[in-house]
Amino acid sequence: MKYSIFSLLKNTLSGHRNWAPAWRDPQPKKDYDVVIVGGGGHGLATAYYLAKVHGITNVAVLEKSWLGSGNVGRNTTIIRSNYMLPGNNPFYEWSMKLWEGLEQDFNFNAMVSQRGVLNLCHTDPQRDAFARRGNAMRIDGVDAELLDTEGVREMYPFLDFSNARFPIKGGILQRRGGTVRHDAVAWGYARGADARGVDVIQNCEVTAIKTEKGKVVGVQTNRGYIATKKLGLAAAGNSSEVAAMAGLKLPIESHVLQAFVSEGLKPYIDGVVTFGAGHFYVSQSDKGGLVFGGDIDGYNSYARRGNLPMVEHVIEAGVAMIPGLARVRVLRSWGGIMDMSMDGSPIIDKTPINGLYLNAGWCYGGFKATPASGWCFAHTIARNEPHKLNAAYRLDRLRTGHMIDEKGQGATPNLH
Amino acid sequence: MLITCPHCGTRPVEEFTFNGDASITRPTSGDMDQWHDYVYLRHNPKGRFEEYAHHSGGCRAWLVVTRDTATHEIFGAVTARDHAKKRSAK
Ligand SMILES: Cc1cc2nc3c(=O)[nH]c(=O)nc-3n(C[C@H](O)[C@H](O)[C@H](O)COP(=O)(O)OP(=O)(O)OC[C@H]3O[C@@H](n4cnc5c(N)ncnc54)[C@H](O)[C@@H]3O)c2cc1C
Ligand SMILES: [Zn+2]
Repeated sequence: MKYSIFSLLKNTLSGHRNWAPAWRDPQPKKDYDVVIVGGGGHGLATAYYLAKVHGITNVAVLEKSWLGSGNVGRNTTIIRSNYMLPGNNPFYEWSMKLWEGLEQDFNFNAMVSQRGVLNLCHTDPQRDAFARRGNAMRIDGVDAELLDTEGVREMYPFLDFSNARFPIKGGILQRRGGTVRHDAVAWGYARGADARGVDVIQNCEVTAIKTEKGKVVGVQTNRGYIATKKLGLAAAGNSSEVAAMAGLKLPIESHVLQAFVSEGLKPYIDGVVTFGAGHFYVSQSDKGGLVFGGDIDGYNSYARRGNLPMVEHVIEAGVAMIPGLARVRVLRSWGGIMDMSMDGSPIIDKTPINGLYLNAGWCYGGFKATPASGWCFAHTIARNEPHKLNAAYRLDRLRTGHMIDEKGQGATPNLH
Repeated sequence: MLITCPHCGTRPVEEFTFNGDASITRPTSGDMDQWHDYVYLRHNPKGRFEEYAHHSGGCRAWLVVTRDTATHEIFGAVTARDHAKKRSAK
């Protein structure tokens, strides 16, 4: 069924009791042309574009839990394309373009809201670095504006401009950045893929990958064996565990990232603002809660639950940026497991095993990448070669010295 | 998470700085493949894990902590020196 004002009116008249489920609940078949491991944003988007762009519809997405139970339903929903290095920005800008047309494309309200992302700077060198980044963005055709202190004050007068340690010197603004309702992205892609014949199979955990003579032949799951010649891994925080089933050791560590939401407030922050002297970012949801987060906890973890020192750290940074936050009560906090790569950039590539494709290493910025990641991964799987937009996201780039290290941190996954 | 430092006793996690997998060993040759694996690849296990931790907010010794990455349960900590000695004795 197509969602429209008419379907809404019709279902309103019958008390919203007759909506059809948005996707089927199929039993796994014995074999598929393509199997995707992981029903997060990236896995579902991959299946959607495989069906829509490449006409490959005999596809299964295997999700060990329910759709949206992973990072796609845990993130702070920020989208932007304000990267600097070659290899990164054209990819993220393509993602932004897909976001801009996504709701019409998959006929689902994902609440894409281009409310602007503002990064604050607090020192002169930081402002210089922002000018450089902004110029790099503009060379790639991305919008970027450098604001001075007064420009920032006009937008957000309640920031702490006179903070003695971290005075606000300005900021870099990407107006096309913003937020998107995260779980609606998973639902929209699932529904669109399902309608084109893809089997989205929940509660189906992959426990082993079977290969013969260096080729993928199928996967073992808790719901039986499924044969396939093409297997795409999109398991985010569990990438190392899943890749190890095929004997691959990845340049990735799993770390926990926490996020928070406050009690509902009247409209207060109409965009996304990030602190430049620590790691803190905040936006306000349509329900009124302030949604915010900061750094990863800093130790390897699969626990989806962080510790209190990081809670304190994030809130200190928040209050340093917006003193008024001290009076706001936090309602909930949660954690998700990040696939932190060694240079802070993702991998979308083939692997040394024939028919095995890898999509991983999203660190804490993979939500904004969801459309382009699915789009490029679908291309890589369908054509058995990367698209030029993901050509730099090679699995072997660290071996050949082609790392994409936006922050210049080196091989330290807990700092990216 | 509470970690029992061999020097300082049981201390809260914010006193420690983590530095990842303590099971990998620095190559002794100049072989680039070995160096690549050492610098970039990680087992990243879900479960029992030995990791380097610097007691940066305490005695400043380097330790090796054994911890479960799925539950955050801590099994113990020894100095990095004792860990290295035990490993080379094996
Ligand atoms: C607190 C937090 C805040 C974040 N904020 C932002 C943000 O503001 N902006 C941004 O761009 N990014 C953000 N991110 C990062 C972003 O959410 C992730 O990079 C992205 O969602 C990862 O891709 P995914 O959606 O496919 O992952 P997931 O939703 O985690 O999907 C992976 C799926 O694989 C499944 N799986 C794993 N192993 C198996 C198996 N063996 N068999 C079957 N299924 C399996 C998992 O159950 C999971 O559902 C944030 C993340 C967190 C945790
Ligand atoms: Zn100590």
